[in-house]
Amino acid sequence: MSKNAVNGHGPAAAHDSHGSHGHDLPFWQKYIFSQDHKIIGMQYGLTALLFLLFGFGLVMLMRWQFAYPGQPVPFIGGLFSDDTMPGGVMLPEFFYQLGAMHGTIMVFLGIVPLAVGAFGNYVVPLQIGAPDMAFPKLNMMSYWLYFIGGCVMLASFFIPGGTAQSGWTSYPPLSVIAGQGQTFWLIGMAFLINSSLLGSVNFIVTIIQLRADGMTFNRLPFFVWAQFVTAFLLLLAFPPLMGAAVLQLMDRLAHTSFFMPSGLVVNDQVVAGSGGGNPVLWQHLFWFLAHPEVYVLILPAMGIVGEIIACNTRKTLYGYKALVDSVIFIGFMSFIVWAHHMFLTGMGTKMSAFFQVTTMIISIPSVIILTALVLSLWGGSIRFNTPMLFAVAFLPMFGIGGLTGLPLGLNASDIHLHDTNYVIGHFHYVVAPGTIFALFAGIYHWFPKMTGRKMSEVLGKIHFTFSLIFMNGVFMPMFIQGMAGVLRRMYDPTQYAHAVPTQPLSVFSSVSAWCLGLAQIPFIFNFFYSIFFGKKVEENPWHATTLEWTAPTPPPHGNFAVAPQVYRGPYEYSTPNHKNDFWPQSMRETN
Amino acid sequence: MQKYGWGLPIDISANGWQIDQLIIIIHVFMAILFVGWFCFFAYTLIRFRQRSGHKASHHVGHFKLPAYLEVGVALFEVVLLLGFSFPIWSQQKVVKPDEKDAVRVRVVAQQFAWNVHYPGVDGKFGKTDPALMSSSNPLGLDRTDPSALDDISITNQLHVPTGRNVIVYLSSKDVIHSFTIPVMRVKQDAIPGHAGELWFQAKDAGDFEIACAQLCGLGHYRMRGFFISESPEKFEAWLKAQAPKPPAVPKVAAQAAPAAPATPAPVPSGAAHV
Repeated sequence: MSKNAVNGHGPAAAHDSHGSHGHDLPFWQKYIFSQDHKIIGMQYGLTALLFLLFGFGLVMLMRWQFAYPGQPVPFIGGLFSDDTMPGGVMLPEFFYQLGAMHGTIMVFLGIVPLAVGAFGNYVVPLQIGAPDMAFPKLNMMSYWLYFIGGCVMLASFFIPGGTAQSGWTSYPPLSVIAGQGQTFWLIGMAFLINSSLLGSVNFIVTIIQLRADGMTFNRLPFFVWAQFVTAFLLLLAFPPLMGAAVLQLMDRLAHTSFFMPSGLVVNDQVVAGSGGGNPVLWQHLFWFLAHPEVYVLILPAMGIVGEIIACNTRKTLYGYKALVDSVIFIGFMSFIVWAHHMFLTGMGTKMSAFFQVTTMIISIPSVIILTALVLSLWGGSIRFNTPMLFAVAFLPMFGIGGLTGLPLGLNASDIHLHDTNYVIGHFHYVVAPGTIFALFAGIYHWFPKMTGRKMSEVLGKIHFTFSLIFMNGVFMPMFIQGMAGVLRRMYDPTQYAHAVPTQPLSVFSSVSAWCLGLAQIPFIFNFFYSIFFGKKVEENPWHATTLEWTAPTPPPHGNFAVAPQVYRGPYEYSTPNHKNDFWPQSMRETN
Repeated sequence: MQKYGWGLPIDISANGWQIDQLIIIIHVFMAILFVGWFCFFAYTLIRFRQRSGHKASHHVGHFKLPAYLEVGVALFEVVLLLGFSFPIWSQQKVVKPDEKDAVRVRVVAQQFAWNVHYPGVDGKFGKTDPALMSSSNPLGLDRTDPSALDDISITNQLHVPTGRNVIVYLSSKDVIHSFTIPVMRVKQDAIPGHAGELWFQAKDAGDFEIACAQLCGLGHYRMRGFFISESPEKFEAWLKAQAPKPPAVPKVAAQAAPAAPATPAPVPSGAAHV
């Protein structure tokens, strides 16, 4: 059963191969170019949180234009240059830059690095009882590629003409004829794609090879399963986008025509180039990544929610096997639903029927996961601490996000709703009050393990309450607007008569967004305050069962003093006749 | 008659009710499912909250209801697919009405306008050439082509008669646009290099909007066109008024001397940008 034996050396040997303990290393090796999965995880976490804040800042700026089109931005409008906001009034150029970069930053630089890079890196090796990731140097490289990719994206704001402005989807021909910002976007994406690829290989090998003795696949915490499937999605979905990005770069720089058809006339000028390309090809390649990417955003979140629900109901998860099977099934299915983003490109009945059917099928395992997580609450003794509040709120929020996917996944109703604010509301419910709530839950939950201190419960509950209210305030109005036909990506929606009646909802949505920004202040304060002054806690403050809580706090380089031996499943809570209401996976005694 | 409000826009299309019906059925289903689910969820949270004297049960009960629910949801999705989505799509996007009785019109999208091309009385679209495209001839219409002589070229205005099928041949000169008329419940991407097609039938007269639904550049938000549905008599009168004048002279000239200077016909009145 011992995977380590197969590997040739036990965890202790792997530990020695790092050369030395963390405290022997100079500062730059310990904290900057670290090979310790926990330091890398925290580097990912801090960088991703900064990007999330920055990406949110971009959209808070955009929300002014949505609410009060053409009016000067108060207070901060004067701080911007004349080629972005002359006289404080946002130019369309700048608006579309903000839009494209909000999407790119939130998805590729914020949520994925936080969900996979930070939580995956920090928690997975600990939960499987491994001393580190399988390839520590690769792990370090993965972070630094991500960092460089982020720098390229940020730098592109400052080049002449500004950053990319063709949407995060970068559809050609628009993106090919766009300014230099798009080149930066493509190069930045190349770094981010390679970073994710290195990370995914590392996760797969680590989970297969470095599980502790007795940690069979059936005893893996649900979170590890979610990360395992996520790693396969990243591994298989990103290479096509890498190829597509290189082709688009060639179209832009070498004037090839992979995505450029013949006879283009832009501004009454015939575009030079051989032509013969097909812009729809890009959409296929892009969505072949970007649909699995949706599940890369949601599966780790589900994993986090599962861990926190089991711990705070003091009860095992309902239907562990069904949960795992559903996650694996979602993984497979996520590769054959991509063209439901493209119903209106001129698809026939057969093709669209195929993608509608797969889309309806993939909703089934999602419903199973949601059902199992809710039924896990039944019979528990629910402890409403901050992580649990966020985890529980994830369920209805993700539910709304999932349900509103239904009229978009059926192409007949999609005709009216496609490219309206309804779509914006739908996917934000999945990733904002959905995934981001789960990520907040994870931060509050694992913070004591990372720092040895707890975050303030009072501030946490303030953060939760206002975030919940304002998240819904931002996104619920978008469904009404979408129904009314209000189209997305409108610099000034009031140009259209059909968008005017629901314009007050835009104002409501914007005010909610700014309040949501204010609601993050208690979190930011809590986060930094608690690192230094939070309440000190012992190594297992939540009385949890999974292996990370049996490691010292904070875990040293190499994690466990003695390689753990696993005796039972991950959620052995409230066992009758056991002395505690939790029974850690590696605790030996029979009773 | 209120055209636009907080609900679906007014539907003046002969077939739009099918889409509206599907949207309403799905939302009723979603509401029932969510409210039912949420009540159970809230009840569970309250009943099993941590309190003194209450302990979590180790035994995991087996619930049969979720399995029935799953099957119910799956069956409902099958009904939505087979009963609504497939047939509606097939009817609206694939099966085209007879071209002979329909009003046929080309719509060529560009940054940031809709160029509308009617074939004129001969029912034939004249040749177009990208090399001829200019601000005064946005379609690149080749006026030396006999079938182009009576063609109507107009920007950002789509006139259609009520009670007749309208077939729109959609294309784009530069980037991807998406042609939508919210009150007609139609939307179709206009992709350069691809021939798109859509059709509809207006049942009521009125002035409405054409919008661009796909990000197409900085002016995307103002790529607004006018959609005018009017009685067949008014429509015919409008067509006559728009026809290139004088229609007879170029024909004679074209027959007599092919290179006659009369051929680059003046921009028809009304083609001026709106």
